[in-house]
Parts: sequence; structure tokens; C-alpha cells
Amino acid sequence: MGVIKNSKHACEQHVPGEGDIMLARIFNETPINPRRCLHILTKIIYLLNQGEHFGTTEATEAFFAMTRLFQSNDQTLRRMCYLTIKEMANISEDVIIVTSSLTKDMTGKEDVYRGPAIRALCRITDHMVKMSYDVVKRWVNEAQEAASSDNMMVQYHALGLLYHLRKNDRLAVSKMLNKFTKSGLKSPFAYCMLIRIASRLLEETDGGHDNPLFDFIESCLRNKHEMVVYEAASAIVHLPNCTARELAPAVSVLQLFCSSPKAALRYAAVRTLNKVAMKHPSAVTACNLDLENLITDSNRSIATLAITTLLKTGSESSVDRLMKQISSFVSEISDEFKVVVVQAISALCQKYPRKHSVMMNFLSNMLRDDGGFEYKRAIVDCIISIIEENPESKETGLAHLCEFIEDCEHTVLATKILHMLGKEGPRTPTPSKYIRFIFNRVVLESEAVRAGLSVSVPGLEKSLHQYTLEPTEKPFDMKTVPLASAPINEQKTEIATVVTSKMPEKVGPSRQDIYQEQLAAIPEFKALGPLFKSSDPVQLTEAETEYVVRCIKHTFTNHMVFQFDCTNTLNDQLLQKVMVQMEPSEAYEVVHYVPALDLPYSQPGSCYTLVRLPDDDPTAVSCTFSCTMKYLVRDCDPNTGEPDEDGYDDEYVLEDLEVTVADHIQRVLKPNFGAAWEEVGDEFEKEETFALASVKTLEEAVGNIISFLGMQPCERSDKVPENKNSHVLFLAGVFRGGHDVLVRSRLALADGVTMQKNASGKIIILYDEDERVASQAATTMCERGFENLFMLSGGLKVIAQKFPEGLTTGSFPSSCPQSVPPTSGRKRSTPRPPSYPAENKWQFTSEDLNKIQFYLEDMLIPTNTNSRLSRLSVGSAQSKASSARSSYTPSAACSDSARTQSSTRHWK
Amino acid sequence: MDSGAPEPSLYTVKALFILDNDDNRLLAKYYDPKLYPSMKEQRNFEKHVFNKTHKTDSEIAFLEGMTIVYKSSIDLFLYVVGSANENELMLMTVLNCLSESLNLMLRKNVEKRSLVENLDGVFLVVDEIVDGGVILESDPQQVIQKVNFKVLQSAKEQIKWSILK
Repeated sequence: MGVIKNSKHACEQHVPGEGDIMLARIFNETPINPRRCLHILTKIIYLLNQGEHFGTTEATEAFFAMTRLFQSNDQTLRRMCYLTIKEMANISEDVIIVTSSLTKDMTGKEDVYRGPAIRALCRITDHMVKMSYDVVKRWVNEAQEAASSDNMMVQYHALGLLYHLRKNDRLAVSKMLNKFTKSGLKSPFAYCMLIRIASRLLEETDGGHDNPLFDFIESCLRNKHEMVVYEAASAIVHLPNCTARELAPAVSVLQLFCSSPKAALRYAAVRTLNKVAMKHPSAVTACNLDLENLITDSNRSIATLAITTLLKTGSESSVDRLMKQISSFVSEISDEFKVVVVQAISALCQKYPRKHSVMMNFLSNMLRDDGGFEYKRAIVDCIISIIEENPESKETGLAHLCEFIEDCEHTVLATKILHMLGKEGPRTPTPSKYIRFIFNRVVLESEAVRAGLSVSVPGLEKSLHQYTLEPTEKPFDMKTVPLASAPINEQKTEIATVVTSKMPEKVGPSRQDIYQEQLAAIPEFKALGPLFKSSDPVQLTEAETEYVVRCIKHTFTNHMVFQFDCTNTLNDQLLQKVMVQMEPSEAYEVVHYVPALDLPYSQPGSCYTLVRLPDDDPTAVSCTFSCTMKYLVRDCDPNTGEPDEDGYDDEYVLEDLEVTVADHIQRVLKPNFGAAWEEVGDEFEKEETFALASVKTLEEAVGNIISFLGMQPCERSDKVPENKNSHVLFLAGVFRGGHDVLVRSRLALADGVTMQKNASGKIIILYDEDERVASQAATTMCERGFENLFMLSGGLKVIAQKFPEGLTTGSFPSSCPQSVPPTSGRKRSTPRPPSYPAENKWQFTSEDLNKIQFYLEDMLIPTNTNSRLSRLSVGSAQSKASSARSSYTPSAACSDSARTQSSTRHWK
Repeated sequence: MDSGAPEPSLYTVKALFILDNDDNRLLAKYYDPKLYPSMKEQRNFEKHVFNKTHKTDSEIAFLEGMTIVYKSSIDLFLYVVGSANENELMLMTVLNCLSESLNLMLRKNVEKRSLVENLDGVFLVVDEIVDGGVILESDPQQVIQKVNFKVLQSAKEQIKWSILK
């Protein structure tokens, strides 16, 4: 190591006048001067600690020089050598030179050297080779032995190592736990480790906590070490699905800790109680008094946690008082805890909606204070959620937000609030007052914020028309807003916006303009009229192929133009007359190709295909095109790029291109969906029911519907509230040609039976084994208003005898003896067709029907029917046979379904 | 500050540092290489922690998603940092052991001057208490025994060499 310079602060006083002394010289003095060497080593470690950078050569040299220090018997010096080695192990290249010295110490007699030497050596080996799991694994026995050591720390480390070696083997872990929980341990650290292992194991085990592991954790609540008691209490609180009874002992020890003189203990206790209160507020109510005492704790973190816990457990009447208390010191606590406070307030607003004015006031004060982004975002989110929950708080809330964006450094938040203003502003009694705030932002803010405005301005603009403000405001709004460069069709049809909230990209407003211009420059496309919509690019090749092609679909009123952006990635080829030939699957007609004349290496070029949309069938919206790129290849010199004289024709098959419903529809935001729906009127309404069989949740269904239709969700209906079984989604859009489309989609997540309730063309048949349960169930269902309900008298037993095949799916339970079919010889010899589970069987096959027919005739002729579909309730008069045919098995079949109601109005 | 159940692991301590009352670093160990890998981040964290803690006398704080236990002694501030879901009392044990060991080693003069004069001893004490984030010892007597033996020895050596000179 060269020279030690730049010694700072303390060491300057400590090591006098040695600033420029070569390390090697001091280390090489004979005899070794331990004191001076010690100074140097201390200084090296100190400088490393200060962030001083040592080069690899310097470190290696120091290592070299240090080997000599092992000759000294000074123990501190030796220990400092170890430390220095540890600190520098990852800088030096040639660490191997000290390992022999370390190995000597490690195996030597001196106990005081052995441990540290091993640790230093480990650091070096860690640096050199990756930890070898297999090697360590061989030491399980040694570790096991060490775990029963008398030394507390040895025990703890051995347990940690054993768990690490076995953690992938559940059985071994549980055996180990079993052993140690019985034998007991000395070290409190080891106990904490055991508790963590046990709770990890409990979490993985399904079922209740009636388990020796839980008993062990609970027994630790009575350990003499507070550390262990707290660990156990915390483990119980964190267990999922804990009952109130299981929580009680843990909560009561935490309650005791609340009055401990140690701040850390109080903090730990109240933080854990705060967690309990999130899920089980009632379990914490018993601690309310202790928590009240903590409100005045000198540690503000403790006080904050106590108050937020109380806010969760306390009654509505205590809210005002607590809020006052918390505002007295909110400026003193850290941002992390401020966020906790805001979250508590947010939860409180949902619980006590009447308190929103107190909260709003408090939040607005917090919003004015200094704070980081996370904190401000939590407040803004909280205010927005209050506005959404409580309509009467809307105006105050928006006013606070407006004030905030006047001086807001966080672009993300400003954008979010502007979006909110755009959505909510028009629906307030005085939308005009938000114009000023929005206008200020338009003039002052960066690109990103203005992009957020492209939604809110048109929204407000429309409302301005509706509410008819002073006429002087109108030109101001239309002309000075810099984003007024809307596509032509927009102005014609008075559609509010093209850009949507879901596409916050900055290029949004201008992208379509660019395309419009580009396309208009091509003579063939001049007569197509205004560009209606341009899709996002679709990749038609893999990313790493010779030619990379992507397609943008431009929709016009009666035509579509497919723009293929092609890139040639071969440097020895020049492509010419490139065009993409398209074969439509439907009645679409390819009218014209515009080739790209030259496509040199790595310079993208575009070719176009013009397609006429079918006139006669306006519903034929979706189509699949198979695409082939055709071109003339001229080989060229990769270096100079000089092409050969001659070329040859070639083609390249691309992936299929889909045109979907979404390509014909432009998203439009309807600020007031209800009014728009009424306006369209009933005569254009069409209602249909669809089953979305593959969808599992409402969120998924909503997402799928939106992306399939490519329409704009309105009234925030794209957000599905939690724990709901049904949801209504409002979508708005414009079909090419300027036809408004509104969709009201009622989604129900239902089991099969509820879905089929009184559905036309469906009947529900109830049956059981022997008609004991089914009759009661049928009565109940009739009382609940099921009118298409039938019960199969005689139950499965009769069916088993009369219809051994055809009518049912799966096999009969053993309690239902099957009769031998009269002409069974033929049937038996053939293997039974595979029987499908009921939920997969949707229709009777013709074979099934034949069999039913066969048994029915057989049965009806000799005896009079004793197995029949006896009708329980009055309802739609459907023929039993036909309805039985259509829906015998839907009991558990249809899991989700969507009902879509759409209306189309032609604006001509 | 959300946290689940803690991982059963020996790596308890994320960082340990000693600052003076002007927020200068005297000693700092970061045991988790993922936590504040650069010196700049470390110093920022230390400054943030110092600003939030040096005026209050309340031994525990929660900052930047970390639980921090701390103690001040005359013009020194001792900090032990653990993850959000770490057992606070375990961290407290480490802090107590550190401060008690320093107290014993520096003969109750736990202040900047004496700490700086015995910086080698301080490094060794810290190394005996925590290594790589694993708690090695929680009993201050044991710590001192492991370190002090050598301190005495070196005192003897020192006398010997001073005579020989």
C-alpha cells in the first residue's frame, strides 16, 4: 500500500506526524514495534471506515507487509491484523498469501486467536469461492452436538446453522423443533429462533392452531426473558387466521409491556398492538387505557402508534379528541409514521363517514406541511378516497387539492389531481372555479402534467357548454388551451376526447396527428376522409429475425389502412418494392398496395395496404389476415453497401394479423353516463347474456371486457369493490363513422344455481339419493322465489333403476342399486363411454337421448310412471321434455357470466 | 412499515455505527451488502438518523423502513439498525452490550476523546459483539474478557519495549 494521506478527524491527533510514512518501512522495522504497527492498522481500518478508497495493488501490498506482523506475539496487534484482513479481503487480489498465517493461528494453542482467525479466514474464503452448501452439510452432526452446548451463543449459532441446513426438509425441521422444545434451551436468542421456526412451520401447516407447535409458542409467553416473551407474542399476532381466544394471552403480555420503563419494549408492544388492531380491533379494546397513557410518551413514535391504534379501536366520540392530540405533535414525527397516521385516518373515514369534515380539515393541514413524496401521496390518496366515498365532502376536498397543486413539486401527484378535477369538476355545482387552477397548470407546468390535462380540459370544456357560463370565458377556453389540436373528426362529431385516462403517454394527443399527416401525404389515401383511430403497433415477427415488421392499424370510416413498418437487419441485402400481401378471412376487400421502394440495411421503411370494409354487413367487424411480405432482393457488399445489378424475388411469411372490435371503436369519456344512456333511448337497446366461463374474478372479467371492446370505462366503474359478487360496468365509445356506443354490463359472479334462477328456457332439477333432503331444499328455494324449479321424485335410487345410463353423468353411489337393463347384452359388452364430471357436461349427446328414449319407452309401457318430474311451483309453462333436454346439468356449471346491454344510435 | 413474521435467520443486525455529536462517523459497519451499498447512501442514512434522533432521548426510532435503537453518551451516539420486522429487544441487547462493553473498556469515560484514543479496542469490541450481522456475544463481561486480555498483554509489551529502547 502506498502512502496514507488524507487522514481526517480523530486520527490526526492520534497518530502524530506519520502522514507520509511507508507502511512497509514500519512493518519491516526490527524488532517489530507493536505500538506503531497498531497505530497504522487502526488507521487503515479507520480510513476504510471513512470510505477512503484503497486500490487493489495497495491492498495487496499491505497484505504482504502484514504477513511479517505475525511474527510478533502482541495479541492486540495480531487481532488487529485479523480485522484488517477481514476489512480488506474483498479489495486485495492476492489474499492467499495471508491464509497460511491464519491457518497456523487457527490450529495453534492460543484460544484467543483461534476464533478470530477462523472468522478472518472465512471472510477470505467467502470472497474466493461461493459458499459450498454440500460441504457445510457434512457438519450436521457437529452442529447438532454444538446445539446442546452449555455456551449460550454456541447453542444459538448451532441452531441457526441446523435450521439453515434443513429448512427445505419439513420433516427434519419439525423433528428438530420437537427435540429442542422438549429439552429446552439456555439462550434466549435460540428461543427466539425456535419461535420463528415454529411459526414458519405453523403457517405452512393448514388447519387450526390446535397443535404442539402453537402450544410451544404460547408457553414461551411465560419465559423469563422479555425478548422471548415478545417474540412469542409477536409470532402469535402474525399467525394468519388467529382466533380472538388465541390472541388474548399475547395481547395481555403486550399490554403489560405498554407500561414498561424501557422505551424499546413499549415501542415493540404498541407497534404489535397496532397490527392486531388492523384485523381484530375488539381484541385490543382491553388495552385502551394503557394506550391512552402512551399518548403523552416522550418518544413520538410510541405516541403516534398509540393514537393510531386507539383510532382503530376507539369509539366515534373519541375521534375528535385524538385528532386534536395528534395534530399537536405531527410535525415532530418521521414521515414513516405520518403515513401511518394518514392510513389510520383513511380507515377511520370509512368507519365513521360522518367525521369526514374533521378529517378533511386535518388532512389539508398536513398537506400544507413539509413532507416527502410518500407522505404527500398518502394524503392525496386519502382525500381522493374520501371524496369518492362521501359526495358531500367533494367540494371541500377538491378545494384543498386545488390549493395543493398551486405549489406542488411532485409531478405525479399534480397529474393525478388534475385528472381527478377533470373527472369530478364538471359534476360540481360550480365547475368554473376549477378552470382557473387547471389553466394555471397548463401555462406553467411540464409536459407530463399537461398530458394529464388532455383529459380534464375537454371534460370541463364540455361541461362549460352544458352549464353555459359567461360567454367571455368560452373563447378563452377553446383557444388558449395548447392542446386544442384535436383530430378533425373530433370536432365534427363533438366527441369530448381522444386521449383517455388509461393512456397517459405524452405522445398521446400528437401521435394521431402525425399519422393523419403522413397518410394524407399519400395520394391513394386522400379520399378516405378523417382518420378515426390508430392502433398501437402489433409485432408481426419475432424480435430477432432477419426482417422486423410491425403493423399499425388505421381505421377510417369505410376503410382500413395497414401500415407495416419494416426493418431489414441483414447488412448484405437491399430490399426493393417491399409490400405485404394480405389474405382476409372475411368479406374484407384488399383495394390497394403502396410498396416501400427501397429498404436498405437498418433503415426502417413503411409500406401500406388499403382494405375496404364490407358495406353490406356492418356487423362483420373482426377479421383475420394472413400476411406475406413480398420483395425484390439485391445482394450487396456489407462494407460498401454497393448492391448487385440483378435481384431476385423473394417472400417472407409474417404472423397473422387480427382486426378486432376494439379497432372500430374509439374510447370516449362520458362524464355523466346515466344521462347519456337515457339520451340514446330504449329503441336502440339490445340485451344479451354471455357466460364468461374461463374468468375467475370480477376484476378479470372487467379487464377482459374493456380490452375486448376497446371502450372507455365511465363513472369509475372499472374498479370493482372488494368482496362483491356483482358489479356494473359502464363503457362508452364511438364506432367508426361517429356512432355512439354505450355498454352497460352487469356482471354477476354466481354459482350455477343462482344464475339459472328464473332464466327463460332453463329449469332447475333437484334430486338427492332418496328424496329426503331434496324436498326440504326445494321448499326453501321456492320460498326464495325460484319459479323454474323441479324435483325428481324418487331421487337417484329410482333413476339408477330406471335410467342406468344416459340421464346422469358419473357413476351412481353404491347405495343406489342399478337394475339390469332388459336388453343389456349389447350394452354390457361395449365398454362404457367415459363419463364426464357434471360440470363439464353441457348438453346431452344424441346417444344419451337415444338411451333415455329407450328406457322411457321401456318404463312407460308396462307400469305407470312412478318416477316423474313433479312440478313444485308455478311458473313459465315450458315443455318438460325440451327443457330437460336443454338443461339438465347446469347445477354447477356456469360459474361466471356477463350480461351485456348495448345500444347503438346512428347520428346522421 | 408493513412486516410479516421475521425470517428464522442468524443475520439479525443490518448495521451498527457510532457518530459524534457533529454527525461525524467514528465507526460504521454495514452488514447487509444490499442495504446502502455506497458510502454516499450510508452517510445520507446516518445524517437522516442523526437529525431525527440526536435531540430526543428516546432510544428507538423507525426510519427508512428500518428499526433503529440508539443511545447517547456525552458526545457520542451509538446506533444499532435492524429490519422492520426484527425483534426490537434483540437489537436492544446488542446496543446495551456495546455500550456496556465500551463503558468497561474506557473505564466509564465513554466520550469521543477516549474512544478515539482506544480506537483499536473499539474495533475489536464491535468485532466480538457482531460479525457479519450475526450476534456473537451479548454479555459485556465476556466481550471485555476476550478483548481486554490482550489489552493488558499489550500494556505489558509496551512497558517491556519502552525499557528496551
